[in-house]
Amino acid sequence: MTQTLALTGNEAGAAAMRQINPDVVAAYPITPQTELMHAFSKFVADGKVKTELILVESEHSAMSACIGSASAGARTMTATSANGLALMWEVVYIAASLRIPMVMPVVNRALSGPINIHCDHSDTMGCRDSGWLQLFSENSQEAYDNVIQAMRIAEHKDVLLPVMVTWDGFIISHTTERVEILDDGTVKKFIGEYTPERPLLDTDNPVTIGPLDLSDYFFEHKRQQVDGVNNAYQVIKDIGKEYGKLSGRSYGLVEEYQTDDAEMIAVALGSTAGTIKAVVDRLRREGMKVGLLKIRSFRPFPFADVASILRKAKAIAVFDRSIAYGSMGGPLFGEIRSALYGEKEQPPALNYVYGLGGRDINTAQIEGVYQDLEKAIKTNKYQTIKYLGVRE
Amino acid sequence: MKGYKEIPLGGKIIEAGNAEKYETGSWRTYRPIWDKEKCKNCLLCWIYCPDSSIILKDGKMVGQDYRFCKGCGICARECPFQAIEMKPESEYKK
Repeated sequence: MTQTLALTGNEAGAAAMRQINPDVVAAYPITPQTELMHAFSKFVADGKVKTELILVESEHSAMSACIGSASAGARTMTATSANGLALMWEVVYIAASLRIPMVMPVVNRALSGPINIHCDHSDTMGCRDSGWLQLFSENSQEAYDNVIQAMRIAEHKDVLLPVMVTWDGFIISHTTERVEILDDGTVKKFIGEYTPERPLLDTDNPVTIGPLDLSDYFFEHKRQQVDGVNNAYQVIKDIGKEYGKLSGRSYGLVEEYQTDDAEMIAVALGSTAGTIKAVVDRLRREGMKVGLLKIRSFRPFPFADVASILRKAKAIAVFDRSIAYGSMGGPLFGEIRSALYGEKEQPPALNYVYGLGGRDINTAQIEGVYQDLEKAIKTNKYQTIKYLGVRE
Repeated sequence: MKGYKEIPLGGKIIEAGNAEKYETGSWRTYRPIWDKEKCKNCLLCWIYCPDSSIILKDGKMVGQDYRFCKGCGICARECPFQAIEMKPESEYKK
């Protein structure tokens, strides 16, 4: 039976992990991920899961242990944030390159320095090219839903890649919300039995994993990864639809909110999408044709969907919760502009870098962004990149 | 050479013992030369060889496998009877 509970994002993520009941979890605590592992290790201690929980001495070891266990054929998970993810870095790439299916919640936090524990997306944006899939969550419910779906996506035979599920540090991770938790049996059935591809423990079919791969084959293995990530596009859609049938909540790679007739569309990731929805509702009541395009899957990036939605707009505002120094705006802005290149209609695209290190973003600021768009449409004059909420 | 669609994902090697197909003897700059007369078949060379380049037949040393011998010289150093001598590969590659 579906239960409605009051859970933080981290508790919702832990609930999903409990229902997945992975064979192995290897993790190291780091704020704001810590409470996720607190909750999960309690499930282990209370015998609610059969998971072998490996307490390691660092995130580098956590990811290494995960690669080992997943290669052996175990369903494997870990979780981290910010500098923990940075310490895993080299092994993060290896997990994707070895085509290890695994799920890792990353509770988004600013990557030091200066040292900061609050939310921005600099941690996961830093490994956007690692070959992992990246699903962003708007709230605790989506954190829960995404973790469950991610396991299926990672293990799909056309994908076989690790998946990061992100949710905003503190804003989602430590905020109590209403969350619907599916029945344990329903999730178990949805996840299914795991049949690993060529596991190390299958001694009848010996396999070598991670051998030296020089100039004669390395490039071919990279090219395979491209197909794996691109194949995830359809798999994420199919699994999102299937999940919708059992939960009432369907998922795609993007979510459109009031975009059908929208002249001004904001694009955002994570919890800010929820704040923007409130602003869209308010401005719609005043007759402004505004909408939101929420990106759920940052990797693979749904270029064609984004282009078909945004080309109809008269102006676009892209919200980036991280900086790409010396580049043309933030990481999301680059993807959005690239998606529109080649389209006949190329509405003005404005970039708003905001919320770094946990700086709040409020509804008045978002209203101001839509007003900027209105002005840009009228005058065709605008500032391409703005830093929203920074003191000049 | 095979294209990216024809090979196992992620660089996995799914055929046991296929290192035999990947000849590495071309790395060698010194070649071990075995003197059959001095050899007492103690097989220390066979024990010490980090590859599998000492060839045995019926439990006796019969020579080195130059397809894989990288010329490290361990066999020559460990041989108690100086039955193996390292010589520049250039003398053999014409």
